[in-house]
Amino acid sequence: MDFELILRVYPFFLEAAWVTIELSVLTTILGLICGALGAAARMSRSAILRAIGATYVSIFRGTPALIQLFIFYFGGPQIGIQLDAFEAGVIGLGVNIGAYMAETMRGAIQSVDKGQTEAARTLGMSRWETMRKVVLPQAMRMMIRPLGVNINALIKGTALVAAISVIELTYTAQRYIGSTYKPFEMFLLSGALYMIIIYVVGQGINWLDRKARIT
Amino acid sequence: MTSAFVEIKNAAKSFGKLQVLKDINLTVDRGQIVAIIGPSGSGKSTLLRAINELDPLTSGEVWLEGVQINRKLPHRQYEKHVNQVRQDIGMVFQHFNLFPHLTVRGNITLAPRMLKGLSEAEANKLAEEQLTKVGLLEKIDEYPSRLSGGQKQRVAIARALAMKPKVMLFDEATSALDPELVEEVNMVMKQLAEEHMTMIIVTHEMDFAASVCDRVLFMDQGVVVEEGPPSVIFKTPKEERTRNFLRKHLARNGG
Ligand SMILES: Nc1ncnc2c1ncn2[C@@H]1O[C@H](COP(=O)(O)OP(=O)(O)OP(=O)(O)O)[C@@H](O)[C@H]1O
Ligand SMILES: [Mg+2]
Repeated sequence: MDFELILRVYPFFLEAAWVTIELSVLTTILGLICGALGAAARMSRSAILRAIGATYVSIFRGTPALIQLFIFYFGGPQIGIQLDAFEAGVIGLGVNIGAYMAETMRGAIQSVDKGQTEAARTLGMSRWETMRKVVLPQAMRMMIRPLGVNINALIKGTALVAAISVIELTYTAQRYIGSTYKPFEMFLLSGALYMIIIYVVGQGINWLDRKARIT
Repeated sequence: MTSAFVEIKNAAKSFGKLQVLKDINLTVDRGQIVAIIGPSGSGKSTLLRAINELDPLTSGEVWLEGVQINRKLPHRQYEKHVNQVRQDIGMVFQHFNLFPHLTVRGNITLAPRMLKGLSEAEANKLAEEQLTKVGLLEKIDEYPSRLSGGQKQRVAIARALAMKPKVMLFDEATSALDPELVEEVNMVMKQLAEEHMTMIIVTHEMDFAASVCDRVLFMDQGVVVEEGPPSVIFKTPKEERTRNFLRKHLARNGG
């Protein structure tokens, strides 16, 4: 184990970790937006919207994320959409994880007892009022943990954007292996940084979940 | 003009191929209390849930004070219409269905604030009034999870009453309760009866039905087999099916 080397390169890895964090945050935001839209579409009264939602979910869960990323990055220019690698990474991963999040959200919403909706509708509340004031507040609490699982997968999934040369943790490790021929140290270093990020996020999710349970 | 307050005409309902209600007619006058009894699966809940469009009829009509509840309307207008008429129809469920994320106060004030535009102060006053009525004022800031079954059901009744409904529907309001908690809920219902609230009560409690109801309907397999005052239905029923049901029911309940 070459500790001296690790000490020498780790500032560059920290910078790369920062890119991974940025990617993760933006991807989470985009994923939550796509997830909410996807879940709403899947539970819509309109058959067309339901079909669109179902298609979205099955395409993005049914194909490799790497292929999706390549389509956004390399295929985009062909149909006139120019994205830099970072943008393509955020969009590719965000739309991908959104499909999983849509299912998570739908599951949580549908797990709220049907009696809750009936009670609210019986009082005269509309579908939307019922969703907003009765179903969603209960579903939100139930979706924190499973969304945490999605976010965990997403953070690890950001490693894929190394394949389109975004200079994040995995790409940086590969680059330094090229010049140092020390794959063990380099991957260990990047792995440790991933673990720290994932640990902190996991603690955050736990905290949110606990907070939502009190009441 | 008749004195009919709630009127159900030629009601029929199918779930797929299963016909659950067959040509049911029922009129309830203002202030009347009607009990619906009958074996499991006879369609009692379905009939009750047809009154407020939770389970819309396949055919037939439901009227409340001269307004047809189950009007055929284009989707948007229909939604507006049912949201409006449901405010006049209180419903109490077997499993209470209180909102667990809201306090007792929140449960009671949610709909009046949202639908009737009450201010916070007005809504609080309303919640206090209704809770006093069901004897639970001291629980106003509790969450439902901290209440007993009987208390939950009384809060559910208060929540329904806060909308000032014209009629109250009870679907086995005491069936999910431990026996020692039944009485406190029955007391609240009796009190409503004294205030001449119009009520339709699906129940398995014959004693309760006999003591508070003006009329009893016996349903079996989707039809009203027999109806009349409790003194007749419980003591000298004409129909064989009614007699059988009551005999079995008494045997089971050791009465
Ligand atoms: N949503 C539904 N879909 C399909 N079948 C249903 C539905 N709701 C009720 N049924 C059927 O309709 C019939 C009547 O049910 P209902 O709940 O009205 O009976 P009930 O008289 O209230 O019985 P219980 O005393 O057990 O509550 C039953 O055979 C039931 O299985
Ligand atoms: Mg029933």
